[in-house]
Amino acid sequence: MTSGVSGPNPPAGNVGELVAQLREWRAAIESRLPPWSGRALAAALIIGGILLPLFFTQTSGFLEATLIALAYVVMALGLNIVVGFAGLLDLGYVAFYALGAYSMGWFGSDFFFKEHVHVLVSGIAAHEIGIHLNFILILVCAVIICAAAGALIGLPTLRLRGDYIAIVTLAFGEIIGTLAENGTSIHVGGGQTLTAGNLGITAIDAPYFPGIGIFNSLKLRPWYWLILAIMLVVLFINLRLRDSRLGRAWVALREDEVAAVSMGIPLVRTKLKAYAIGAAFGGVAGVFLGAYYTVIDADYFAFTFSIFVLSMIIVGGLGSIWGAVLGALLLSYINYYLIPDVFNSIPHTFGLNFNLSQLSFGIFGFLLVLVMILRPQGLFPERRRKLELTEAIASDDAQLVEGGL
Amino acid sequence: MTIEAPAGTSAPPVLQADHVTKEFGGLVAVNDVSFAVPRLSIVSLIGPNGAGKTTLFNMLTGLYKPTSGRILFGERDVTRARPDVITSLGVARTFQNIRLFGAMSALENVMIGRHSRMRAGLFGSIFRPPWVRREERDVRVRARELLAYVGLRQEVFGQLAIHLSYGDQRRVEIARALASDPTVLLLDEPTAGMNPQESLALTDFMRKLRDELKLTILLIEHDMKVVMDVSERVTVLDHGEKIAEGPPAQVRAEPRVIEAYLGKQD
Repeated sequence: MTSGVSGPNPPAGNVGELVAQLREWRAAIESRLPPWSGRALAAALIIGGILLPLFFTQTSGFLEATLIALAYVVMALGLNIVVGFAGLLDLGYVAFYALGAYSMGWFGSDFFFKEHVHVLVSGIAAHEIGIHLNFILILVCAVIICAAAGALIGLPTLRLRGDYIAIVTLAFGEIIGTLAENGTSIHVGGGQTLTAGNLGITAIDAPYFPGIGIFNSLKLRPWYWLILAIMLVVLFINLRLRDSRLGRAWVALREDEVAAVSMGIPLVRTKLKAYAIGAAFGGVAGVFLGAYYTVIDADYFAFTFSIFVLSMIIVGGLGSIWGAVLGALLLSYINYYLIPDVFNSIPHTFGLNFNLSQLSFGIFGFLLVLVMILRPQGLFPERRRKLELTEAIASDDAQLVEGGL
Repeated sequence: MTIEAPAGTSAPPVLQADHVTKEFGGLVAVNDVSFAVPRLSIVSLIGPNGAGKTTLFNMLTGLYKPTSGRILFGERDVTRARPDVITSLGVARTFQNIRLFGAMSALENVMIGRHSRMRAGLFGSIFRPPWVRREERDVRVRARELLAYVGLRQEVFGQLAIHLSYGDQRRVEIARALASDPTVLLLDEPTAGMNPQESLALTDFMRKLRDELKLTILLIEHDMKVVMDVSERVTVLDHGEKIAEGPPAQVRAEPRVIEAYLGKQD
């Protein structure tokens, strides 16, 4: 019984009693809540999320950190499908961020200066050279490109397990990164190149959604609402997939591949779906961040980025959707708000001559080690649902069918 | 025997191995074995450890591809078919060392077993139209029925598989196999680790499965009492080769079988 799959044994002594007491209270509270409490809480959180930027100025550092954090939530949710649900350790997730960002650059700037394609765009973009697609269309393109790339990287890993998958995906991430850097030498006709390398593709079109304001770097609220909407859609898809035939199949493959295929789960198709969907979400986040940063620079697409997103879902609790959300928010806030904005000058107050942001990787490493020691299952581990019991059909019904199957 | 056994050889075979050989590198695990499982029969596959029984099972279910020879399911050649395809055709199995999905509840395990009979794909799962909702509801109801059918107590339906007792795990594994609506059920040492009473109960249950669910059962078994009691036909493997085949009483008297089990008597 102590095989450890369900988490560590309860600590002994007073702490153990306290934990048991807390659990009891939680169960008592949960049993008294009305059945709609979950929906009410979700609605409250969404409304709170929508209203949040109104409490901050348009250029607030906190708001900027929040919208970047939400983009990371989208990526963490995507990676969580691949690593958390399907159990395929992917160390090259940055590749999909890059492909998403380049989709934005290719289809929403004057980078391909020989082309004159305009689809459903307005404002300055409608008159410029280059390919200019509507932001939604670019999202669709990125989803298609990344899903295809995800499936492509999935193919060679199908026969591999564990560490070997990690190595192949790692290599894939590096290949895409190198391609981005050296894309200046890859000619696609008419003097145009594939990427702008370290110079960056600049003058990215701003998204255009009438009604929620103009998207520019001085007004953060529209950006925030855009990524919030994207994040909610991705979150919704995640929740739906988790409680579905496909979600169960992923978990089954993760747990025992041989048993899963023997139960009728097609290995190749199911795994490729995980790769493709996870990649597509990475691409969506890439499109958004590409547009937000207004420059798509090959420097962004480094290996450390993959590790950063992976850390989020590990800290949050592998396989847990809420864990991925929480882990992404937590690490993003630390990286984009607490370290650079709040605590950055702490070393100076001690008379030390450096900024805290120079230590950020050290801080992350320390936090990761801390989490792994104190709470190896993550902050918000996947709680095995007791759904089956609570929505049980009347017990005598089940007895009746026994004879008549 | 109290049940009227369907005539062993006259019924058309539902599952057939035709001169099947499996080599792993230089090792010949199964050597030119042919045998047939007649419809609605209970057939045992016996032999000493390492005789190639499980290898043969793995070929019948598509986990291994034979080096040569053919596997037939009914009329259909499934030699190169993927395991999930074979499952959806109607062959389900259990494993010698129970392979439940440990971190899933008993109910979820059985729901997984129904995968090949469900249709919801990616978009169905995301948008969850009425037919997908109905499918999800039905699979839950069906899984509960099957768990009750194999004799699992209602209280443990929602318990994680690793927390179930050994006997319950065996039950859930059978329920999971049944969830795919098979016509042939392959049981790999179903009575391993059971006491005589439990083995007896399982023997009765196998007959019940055959009679009520119209199943054909092929089992690997070491417990000779179970083999002699339940099976209409027995196939004996030794060192990858078929050394005997026939009704249990006849096989038991076969000198080569006695030799394989007890060693040569000089």
